[in-house]
Amino acid sequence: MIPLSWFLVFSAVLFSLGAFIAITRRNTIFILMGIELMLNAANINLLAFWRYLHAPAGDMDGLMFILIVFVAAAAEAAVGLALIVSAYRRRKTVIANELDTLKG
Amino acid sequence: MTGMQVIFLINALVSVLAGIMLATSRKLIHAGLWLILTLFGVAIMFGLLEASFLAIVQGVVYIGAIAILIIFAIMLTRETMEESHGKRTRWILTSIVALITLAGILLALLTWPQSSSLTLPLSEEQQSIAELGLALVDPERYLVPFEVASLLLLAALVGAVYVAVERKGEEK
Amino acid sequence: MNLLLDPVNVIAEWLTRLMTGWGFSTGLVQFILFVIGAGVLSMGAMLFTVLLIWIERKLGGRFQDRIGPNRVGPWGIFQTIADMLKIFTKELIHPAGADKVLFNLAPILAVASVLALWAVVPFASTVIGVNINVGVLYILAVGGLGELGIILAGFGSNNKYALLGGFRAVAQLLSYEVPLAITLLVPVLLSGSMGMNDIAAAQNVWYIFLAPVAALVFFIASIAENGRAPFDLIEAGSEIVAGFNIEYSGLKFGMFYVADFLHAFTSAMIFSAIFLGGWQGPGAETIPLLGFVYMLIKTAVVYFVMLAIRFSLPRLRIDQMMNLNWKYLTPLALASVLLTAILDKVVPVSLMLVRVGVFLAGNVLLFLISDRLVALYRRGKEQERKIVSSPRPLAVSLLEPPAENQEVQP
Repeated sequence: MIPLSWFLVFSAVLFSLGAFIAITRRNTIFILMGIELMLNAANINLLAFWRYLHAPAGDMDGLMFILIVFVAAAAEAAVGLALIVSAYRRRKTVIANELDTLKG
Repeated sequence: MTGMQVIFLINALVSVLAGIMLATSRKLIHAGLWLILTLFGVAIMFGLLEASFLAIVQGVVYIGAIAILIIFAIMLTRETMEESHGKRTRWILTSIVALITLAGILLALLTWPQSSSLTLPLSEEQQSIAELGLALVDPERYLVPFEVASLLLLAALVGAVYVAVERKGEEK
Repeated sequence: MNLLLDPVNVIAEWLTRLMTGWGFSTGLVQFILFVIGAGVLSMGAMLFTVLLIWIERKLGGRFQDRIGPNRVGPWGIFQTIADMLKIFTKELIHPAGADKVLFNLAPILAVASVLALWAVVPFASTVIGVNINVGVLYILAVGGLGELGIILAGFGSNNKYALLGGFRAVAQLLSYEVPLAITLLVPVLLSGSMGMNDIAAAQNVWYIFLAPVAALVFFIASIAENGRAPFDLIEAGSEIVAGFNIEYSGLKFGMFYVADFLHAFTSAMIFSAIFLGGWQGPGAETIPLLGFVYMLIKTAVVYFVMLAIRFSLPRLRIDQMMNLNWKYLTPLALASVLLTAILDKVVPVSLMLVRVGVFLAGNVLLFLISDRLVALYRRGKEQERKIVSSPRPLAVSLLEPPAENQEVQP
């Protein structure tokens, strides 16, 4: 009923939106949001490919991949936010351009 | 136009609009709310792909935990909430690059012969969660990724707590 | 007879025939049926809240040795309607500097998350909103949505106390989700499915007898998730005025109020569906109405116990609450899941009495062991406390000679 290409187009659009956010924004929390969006788009891609092309064969590779991506995204968000809050306490800023004491 | 297609189109439209509002919102807290709407749209997509377990797990993990964590972090770093729209050229350049990437992906998609394949119905045992559970603890299948993922979570937990704890006397 | 056996489907089929007779397409008819179902469920829940608030106030009054509302109507049953009229007509104050979107979205999210829980509760063997096969996880997901409402309320009010209340509230709610999620695994283990109707249908022996420790942890965690006493520092009236809903007035506050009371009842319903057998009872499989009555009776008993706890216990401090959660409830929940998993494989399902006996013995053993460990831990902590000073007597009797203190005058 729904062709595979629709899901792939949707995930491509979300991915490019996420990449746009991660590149243009200077606030690190915003960048993290963009990264989460990219991970979600990749998840939809994986699930769509698995469901349409591999699920009738009976292997669970796609689902496992998606679960591991969930776990990795959650761990990365937790540690990233802890780092951002800790950096804010020291430097009083979360703008990525201003966190540059390692520069030069 | 079947019902599923209508639901897909409405959902895709809402999600992409929420993503665009997320990319262009001035206030950080509004961006957090748009992110939640986008993640909800992704969860509905999972439901459309007949992975109900993953849809609900997406709701629990992303919306119920990660989004709340992001909002917490936004509230704890309050001074820099208003994002100034500096560097117009950077925005335009990046949007051009993003659009070119999108066009490239779509082109690759349209020249691929299997791109309009439709779904085959799933057998009953593939839809059960018990199968998923069995696959996760089977030593010949996915036990090692499962254990590695749990180690990753443990490392993230310990690391996040250690980084975020405010030690007395180390502030100045 | 068919109406008695399967009321929801019979009514749905009749409506479908009626509407296709009018010329609607089948997709549209299905959609309209869904909308009608959701509307009936949420209207029923909201209207039931009126009765619930009256029951709570009357019972609370009796617990506290007073009468409760008794002016408006016989036994004060119209008191809630009078309160509702008052709340409807109050002015909706919008604080200056408050973010409009956040301020208005928060009560909507709070009520929506509670109403969404009613979709998976099994009222009878054939009456359930939607029987998804991951109903237990759905409860957790919707709980997360409710927490979002509270943090938005706290943040969007542009008020220090509201923000503080919001932070404390979300810290409490997020922490108590952990033992809630872990103990929800125990009925899933015992019944082999995550769907709520399957769990309710698989309970030939109520799961509270097979896993009392898990039931106790789930009960305490769900009281904490609701924000009821003794965990009610979310809206501690005497400390931070009203917590995250200081700046709300009129109907928006009414929504928070409704969400609070309804959430308690919904938690009681979920507890009785998961641990007390839901609609199971003599004759409930054939007559759904009887199943509904049994469910209501069990929920009322659990709700009464929640009220008794609410009106008897003092409030916990936030550090006591976090202690309780992370040091006692979470390890107990994990141990109970382990115990249930092991015992479930050791004892076969066929010998029901032996199974019940073994499970009960295992749980009692677990409780006693954890009690002993807690006592040892407490004793160890008390011995670590340094004695800084001991009390000195200010007056000494004339019969005894003055001891060490030189400045004591006999």
